[in-house]
Amino acid sequence: MIRNKSLVSINDYNKEDYLAILDLAEQFESRPVRNTLQGKVVATLFFEPSTRTRLSFESAVNRLGGRIIGFSEAGTSSVTKGESLKDTIKTVSNYCDLIVMRHPIEGSARYASEVSGVPVINAGDGANQHPTQTLLDLYSIRKTQKTLDNLAIMMVGDLKYGRTVHSLLQAMSSFNTTFHFVSPDELKMPGEYKMHLENRGLKYYEHKDFTDILPEVDIVYMTRVQKERFSDPMDYEKVKNVYVLRNNMLEQTKPNMKILHPLPRVNEITEDVDDNMKAYYFTQALNGVYTRQAIICSILGLDQK
Amino acid sequence: MKKDRKHLSVSAIKDGTVIDHIPAEKLFNVISILGLDSIPNQITFGTNLESKKLGRKAIIKIADKFFKETEINKIALIAPTAKLNIIRDYEVVDKRQVEVPDEIIGIARCMNPKCITNNDSVVTRFRVIAKPRISLKCHYCEKITDQENLEIL
Ligand SMILES: [Zn+2]
Repeated sequence: MIRNKSLVSINDYNKEDYLAILDLAEQFESRPVRNTLQGKVVATLFFEPSTRTRLSFESAVNRLGGRIIGFSEAGTSSVTKGESLKDTIKTVSNYCDLIVMRHPIEGSARYASEVSGVPVINAGDGANQHPTQTLLDLYSIRKTQKTLDNLAIMMVGDLKYGRTVHSLLQAMSSFNTTFHFVSPDELKMPGEYKMHLENRGLKYYEHKDFTDILPEVDIVYMTRVQKERFSDPMDYEKVKNVYVLRNNMLEQTKPNMKILHPLPRVNEITEDVDDNMKAYYFTQALNGVYTRQAIICSILGLDQK
Repeated sequence: MKKDRKHLSVSAIKDGTVIDHIPAEKLFNVISILGLDSIPNQITFGTNLESKKLGRKAIIKIADKFFKETEINKIALIAPTAKLNIIRDYEVVDKRQVEVPDEIIGIARCMNPKCITNNDSVVTRFRVIAKPRISLKCHYCEKITDQENLEIL
């Protein structure tokens, strides 16, 4: 049961929960404006700025008739006066029905959920978790492929530090997915995630570039390769153009293939891809609103209407 | 003969618990984890005793103290080799081995410097995901702390 339970990590939900959220998100897509949240107050506490995520949550709440309180960076709040996270959460939970929080410290959302009087949705805690992103990724995959079962996903770029690929891997491992990991040696998928797949009997393949396997996959999930991740800048220079997706690489790909990206993008997808039917990253962002509407209503127990 | 010499190194107790086979360098960690430095019981200990298995071992005898399993298992992280003798009226009435519990609260530090437990006054909490070579998954940041990086608070 999702009701009244915080969503801190994608591992808080099981396969049935994912599917229940996606089904509900479909209903919101067909009719996004409702009064479901009338009289409800949602606090968006962004201890570090993330305009994209905050606007998506606030759009979701506004379209359902709810009210928003909160702050968009810690600099404007009592946090700068030295108030502890615990005190902030305990105070704010008196004023609202639900807290959406983003915080640079890993594990902060789990801790907040333990001291809060109302459910907490984690909108990103450092490099750890960002479960609503994963659910909107699942929604986008199911919508474009008509199923989540037995798909082949290629994950490209920074697979070592990228929390979105880690969470997506964990979620998709319930659906008999085949994984292709494409990354430089320095940014390979960590052993613990590969072990997770092995324990579940799932196949994965590691590659240094993506060209010859592109035609086999249903989803290409692109991420950014950041210069800061390399101890030697020369290593970055060597690989920076290897993990770039260009329109002319898409010719042999499957007709159902779609390209996803958690955004913001820098140069890892060239702009000539944007007009290709297989580019899905902007619609993926729109799906985030429907998915967040579904998550909020499920947690508040308002999903029956 | 050998047995007698052993008994000489640390005096016997009438009732209580003997914790044997503690790696010598972990003695003071064990004392602090079990809170032995702040209980009124009579305690004797010996350290740097010869041990075939450990090289140098330590032993602690605590009079009139009997540990709950959850309490004693706290030392399993740092002294997995430790063995317990439960003494009543100078006789060993029970022998037990420590076991690594499934959940560790406090005791260990999360190896992730960005974890809330290293940045705020939050008690650490882990799920033990591998034994006997310990691997701990942080309840908060979800990162794994392995044996090599295990640090006792
Ligand atoms: Zn941690």
